[in-house]
Amino acid sequence: MTIETKIDVPVMADVTAKGEKPEYLYWVGCAGAFDDRYQKVARAFAKILNHLGVSYAVLGKEESCTGDAAKRAGNEMLFQMQAMQNIGVLNGYEVKKIICTCPHCYNTLKNEYSDLGGNYEVINYTVFLDEMIRAGKLKLENNPFKGESITYHDPCYLGRGNGIYDAPRNVVKAVFGEVKEMKRARSYGLCCGAGGAQMFKEAEKGNKEVNIERTEEIIERKVDKVASACPFCMTMLTDGIKLKNKEAELQNIDIAEIIEKALNL
Amino acid sequence: MIKQILFIITLLITFGVFAYSVKRLWGFFKLTKPAYPIKNIGARISHTLNVAFGQTKIFRKPVIGLMHALVFWGFLVITLGSIEMVVDGVSGLDRAFAFTGWFYDVVIASGDVFALLILIFIKLFSIRRMFLKVKRFSGVEMTPKANWDAQLSLFFIGFLMVSLICFNMGYISSHPNAYEGVYPVSAALVNLFGWDFSWLQEPGWWVHLLLIFTFANYLPYSKHFHVFLSVPNVFLANLEPITKYPNLESITREVKLMLDPEAAYDENAEVARFGVKDIEDVSWKNYMDSLSCTQCGRCTDVCPANITGKLLSPRKIFVDLRKRMNEKGPLVIAGKEDNKSLLRDYISEEEIWACTTCNACAQECPIDISHPNLIMDMRRYLVMEESAAPTGLNVMFANIENNGAPWQFSPEDRMKWAE
Repeated sequence: MTIETKIDVPVMADVTAKGEKPEYLYWVGCAGAFDDRYQKVARAFAKILNHLGVSYAVLGKEESCTGDAAKRAGNEMLFQMQAMQNIGVLNGYEVKKIICTCPHCYNTLKNEYSDLGGNYEVINYTVFLDEMIRAGKLKLENNPFKGESITYHDPCYLGRGNGIYDAPRNVVKAVFGEVKEMKRARSYGLCCGAGGAQMFKEAEKGNKEVNIERTEEIIERKVDKVASACPFCMTMLTDGIKLKNKEAELQNIDIAEIIEKALNL
Repeated sequence: MIKQILFIITLLITFGVFAYSVKRLWGFFKLTKPAYPIKNIGARISHTLNVAFGQTKIFRKPVIGLMHALVFWGFLVITLGSIEMVVDGVSGLDRAFAFTGWFYDVVIASGDVFALLILIFIKLFSIRRMFLKVKRFSGVEMTPKANWDAQLSLFFIGFLMVSLICFNMGYISSHPNAYEGVYPVSAALVNLFGWDFSWLQEPGWWVHLLLIFTFANYLPYSKHFHVFLSVPNVFLANLEPITKYPNLESITREVKLMLDPEAAYDENAEVARFGVKDIEDVSWKNYMDSLSCTQCGRCTDVCPANITGKLLSPRKIFVDLRKRMNEKGPLVIAGKEDNKSLLRDYISEEEIWACTTCNACAQECPIDISHPNLIMDMRRYLVMEESAAPTGLNVMFANIENNGAPWQFSPEDRMKWAE
């Protein structure tokens, strides 16, 4: 493990105080800010943004939960309070373009804020990375994963929800050359089990956990890595792999981390 | 002349009974709430051509999908022939549409071939349902009655095809040298046997039409109502991204009021129940979905909760909605009530909370039903009217309220990830 050092992430309030207006707002999300494992993904993506020299900033302390989980758990009141508060901040900074790593934040900001007065161009990071690779701005000559095989797990809110199936695959292919697809892939993809606020509650009685069902499918595919593009999927798959005692031969890695490693950032 | 009179009387009875069924359903629709506005007619037409007429979602299961698509396309062609038969019956003409020439030949010929294809496929569907243990045809909502309904519908369709071929054979035999239209299957059958089938024409015609009339009037009470409703249901579908869950406007008003006390309180604003508890809380589209659902179970088949043995079956949500409307609708119309509700007496909280909102069900539904949105509507009722959320969720709500994140972390630490 490399020693984590402080990375230089511009915060909106500071940047604005200097009279600058960044092109993008990177929406870190609560998992990016607080989840031990997923913080690494936020770091990876910020490093990539820095590497690209993109003009961006984050909201920092001014960012608050989009309200996705509250909304899907039926608490529309709390969702709209969060939405109004966030829209106030975003509109205050005259934000035009938002990049999200979390697909739940992405879906909420893109599809559900517009009716409440929050109109932005919301971009998912896999789409952004795919475009940067195509434009030749990310030089992926080294493959630190030589000889390893990988599959990709579609997050529901990215794939089925917003039709983003190819971008994350293109990014994976740019480094690994190939994605070994599972039987349930793309629009047929199986949920990790955490969406719809399941992340925050006990599962109902059944004969199996959803993440175990999915992990077993990944194990069956006999790959060295499984790529994901969602903090909830990451938690569920990492837990699943741990429970199945497969940590030595199979690891979950985020799309941003693949690029981070390939660029040796 | 007598035949004409008899037929017109039969037709009037058919329309009369059908009008009664429509009126009953219309009364039920009037109990429901508004849904989204129907705009973008151009996009809706192309969506309908794609999903309904192109059967694109049906083809997500390629083999059975092709069989269904052929049955559907065959039905479209055969319906043109049925309209002609009705016109003939009323007017006393013989083959009223024959003047359309080559178009007529194409329609009649393909209808004749489709009749045989449909008959074969319907038999296969029926056998598959009876003897192959297809998992998605089981489940608590698939009662013996639901299975009978399916088999009866298949029987109707099969018998419709048999009677059509019989009628065609009779017609060919009674017009040996000069018949209108082209009949690849029926003519081959007549030649094969070499008998005189002219006696079959009249009974074939009557049986075919009486079957259509009976079937049409059975459908509004059957899960097979999708014969009528699936195409309009697709046309009226929600065209937004499937994970967009519409905001509640009544809440928007309250939140705006909270954030800006100066805002005028709109006294005329309707104070409705938040979320869905019973049939009067659902939208007309939810109810239409429940009438259009043919219980194919593709939704339940891909549901992660159902796959892992949880109680939730997305199909059951809509089967229950239709049942509950049948039970409560007439009571409400008569000004009465009962002490039951859709939520709890039909659909348990355990089912509602098991959904991951992954939308695999909505993706799969051949007629564009959105199950998660109705499930979340019921969560809204539980949370906002009864504060009846599972403990974990209440903790999550409190965290978001207090510190702006679903977990208990201070907003002051929001930049720690970069350090």
